[in-house]
Amino acid sequence: MSEKILYSYTGIFNSPDEIIHAAEKAVEKGYKKYDVHTPYPLHGMNSVMNLPPSKLGYIALIVGLSGALAALLTMFWISAIDYPIVIGGKPLFSFPAYVPIMFEVTVLSASIATVLAMLFFFFKLPNNAHPLNGTEYMQKVASDKYGISIQCDEKLFEEKSVIEFLKSVHAKDITPIYYDNEEINYKHKIFEPKFILFLVIAGLITSSVTYFTLNKLMFIPPFTWMMDQSRLDVQSSSVIFSDGYGMRNPVEGSIARGSLPYQFQGQPELAGEKLINPLPSTKNVLELGLKKFDIYCSPCHGFYGEGNSRLQGHFPNPPSLHSDKVRNWPDGRIFHVITDGQNIMSSHASQLNVDERWAVVNYVRVLQRAFNAKESDLQ
Amino acid sequence: MSFVDYTKEIQVVEGKQPLRTIDDIISKPLETKPDKKFYIAISVTLTMLMFGVIGLGLTFWYGIGMWGNNNPVGWAYDIVNFVFWVGIGHAGTLISAILYLFRQKWRTGIARFAEGMTIFAVMTAGLFPLIHVGRPWLDGYLFPYPNQHSLWVNFTSPLLWDVFAVSTYLTVSLIFWYVGLIPDFASLRERTANKFKKITYSIFSLGWRFSNRHWQHYEMVYLILAGFATPLVLSVHTIVSFDFAVSILPGWHTTIFPPYFVAGAVFSGFAMVQNVLIFVRRIFNYEHIITLNTLEKMNKIMLVTGSMVGYAYAMEFFIAWYSGVQAEQFTFFNRALGPYAWAYWIMVTCNVVSPQLFWFKKIRRSIPIMFVVAVFVNVGMWFERFVIVVTSLSRDYLPSSWAYYTPTLVDAMILIGSFGFFFTWILLFTKALPVVSIAEVKAVVDGAQPSHKDH
Repeated sequence: MSEKILYSYTGIFNSPDEIIHAAEKAVEKGYKKYDVHTPYPLHGMNSVMNLPPSKLGYIALIVGLSGALAALLTMFWISAIDYPIVIGGKPLFSFPAYVPIMFEVTVLSASIATVLAMLFFFFKLPNNAHPLNGTEYMQKVASDKYGISIQCDEKLFEEKSVIEFLKSVHAKDITPIYYDNEEINYKHKIFEPKFILFLVIAGLITSSVTYFTLNKLMFIPPFTWMMDQSRLDVQSSSVIFSDGYGMRNPVEGSIARGSLPYQFQGQPELAGEKLINPLPSTKNVLELGLKKFDIYCSPCHGFYGEGNSRLQGHFPNPPSLHSDKVRNWPDGRIFHVITDGQNIMSSHASQLNVDERWAVVNYVRVLQRAFNAKESDLQ
Repeated sequence: MSFVDYTKEIQVVEGKQPLRTIDDIISKPLETKPDKKFYIAISVTLTMLMFGVIGLGLTFWYGIGMWGNNNPVGWAYDIVNFVFWVGIGHAGTLISAILYLFRQKWRTGIARFAEGMTIFAVMTAGLFPLIHVGRPWLDGYLFPYPNQHSLWVNFTSPLLWDVFAVSTYLTVSLIFWYVGLIPDFASLRERTANKFKKITYSIFSLGWRFSNRHWQHYEMVYLILAGFATPLVLSVHTIVSFDFAVSILPGWHTTIFPPYFVAGAVFSGFAMVQNVLIFVRRIFNYEHIITLNTLEKMNKIMLVTGSMVGYAYAMEFFIAWYSGVQAEQFTFFNRALGPYAWAYWIMVTCNVVSPQLFWFKKIRRSIPIMFVVAVFVNVGMWFERFVIVVTSLSRDYLPSSWAYYTPTLVDAMILIGSFGFFFTWILLFTKALPVVSIAEVKAVVDGAQPSHKDH
């Protein structure tokens, strides 16, 4: 295509009054596909050109309200459903506290949507390829002149009559505007070498920056996720103390919280006599006992205390807990075995605290009763 | 006796400028190489910025223990600077949005510049909460996003409202600014002969073609944005004041804070805009676009907001007495007469007393005096935030934990750095973008609008 295609005829005016007059005449003449170009918005031009009021306000309204609603629902879902945490004694869904964020989201979403709608939907920008861009006409109306352009896809378009019209309203510099052939004939080529090179370079930069950030930067102080701390770790040496150890022994005679020494070490019978089970067989206690029994006792004793170890072959099987001997033991005697160990079984005092041991005792009692149930238990 | 006709509107742009001259004057800084003065100025601001960078480096390396904050003053320079800079930003939105809604034409000459200052001030302000978390590279956690920890933010916290308010404010200001810049980019695109510049301006102008079918929607969007930005600017400093007002600390727990903070923000913002504009109009010969009348009007706004701030100071004292709450009364005695009395009286002198000079027309129109007063105002407004934050924290309910806060050298370096950051952006802005809106100024030149004689 070497022939130039006509886009429009343009005329230039020197004063705002003249252009208003020209626009009026264009409307009178019945032109529809024309446009007025001025370096700044002219008062009254909208009514002269009979432009319908802008609909952008509706976009702001709709998007703004949806933004507010979305913010409210998100906050409701997050703080009342997905992550319910009571803060400051306030209800999980505390509407007054959400108002500021709802407002901000409304403003943010409405402003962005309105501007994007105007630029990309209403104006169809970016459009640097528009035939008017890059012309002398555009240079003039961008600075201090006022122009009118009558497009050739106008129904009433006839070259002569349009030129005549422009002359009749005293337009200067009446010039035709043509489509730029280069722009029309331009076809996007995806496999252009330049584009491929751009992709390769962009990919290289992105991947190397990502690699550097995730594998190197995050391990360079100070970004070390608090891995370097100037505190004494367990078993590290220290110059502060004369013995060079970082770890300190507790003061002689000190007892850790909850670790009263066991009185009946090596005296199982005495323990059975003297120790009284402090815990009642409530649901909570038994549930705790079940949990602890399954964790610490069941590997050897089996889930039901029958002595059918899951570690068969590695450890000798313990005797069943349902023997008459064990059933007739007082609670304190069983407690003693857990605390002090017996034969090959070691002490479980470090795994289970006092309450947990008693809970396990209660649970063992339940197991024993279940295995030797009487008729009356069924009722 | 001279007679002034107040019924006639004062010309916004002095003298009847041909439109092409306006183009020439406004785009001149963009088309000429920076001169020696520019290099001197930017080396000063970059030096200041470097102090900040060193201060921040020390902070990141050793932790925020490098600052003077300690029990009981857990918030100090960082939050003072944050509130100060956010406040500076408020003038820009006030000028571009609120004065637009009130149809104040004198805003056209200064709107673009003030909007730019808003953006730079909010950027500067945003640095402080980000560095105050101690590990700024983890700041992403401030936003509610679905993450592998299954953790969400606390929506009832004013600090989170702040995150939303400040980021919305920055985004909307940027959009507002860019929308205003589009026609100017198009003007520059048509002017320039330089190929690189032409491509850049073409990209940013999006192919704008000054069509009146576009101008109509454009004006509507400007109106809508102004309508949104107006409550937004009021909400931002309101929410910033909630950081304090929602707590139960005497001296912070007051309902007067939101209006008081907004007035203070506009006050300090106008002072900063006025200070910078005095240089800009002189250096770039914009005296007839940013006229003395405009500066005088800004001084009047400073007088109004300064008096409002003064009223708020007095009202705080009155309410402390009237409430009968001992802790509250003590806090205010402590402010005026306690260990930080020096800061309090600097604040009162600068903020309440100095703007009262603007009652005199001679002073309102004298550039050196108004410059000095505005500097005082900025110093005073910085001290206002210092007084609110530090005096209240340093002596709270429990006398055994009282302590006197002293900033460290690193604190001072970061404060200097924040000024360097802000003014570096300002300087780059003056050379990179038109600091006065070309399209808007043309529209208010005498004879630019149709006379409508036949209507």
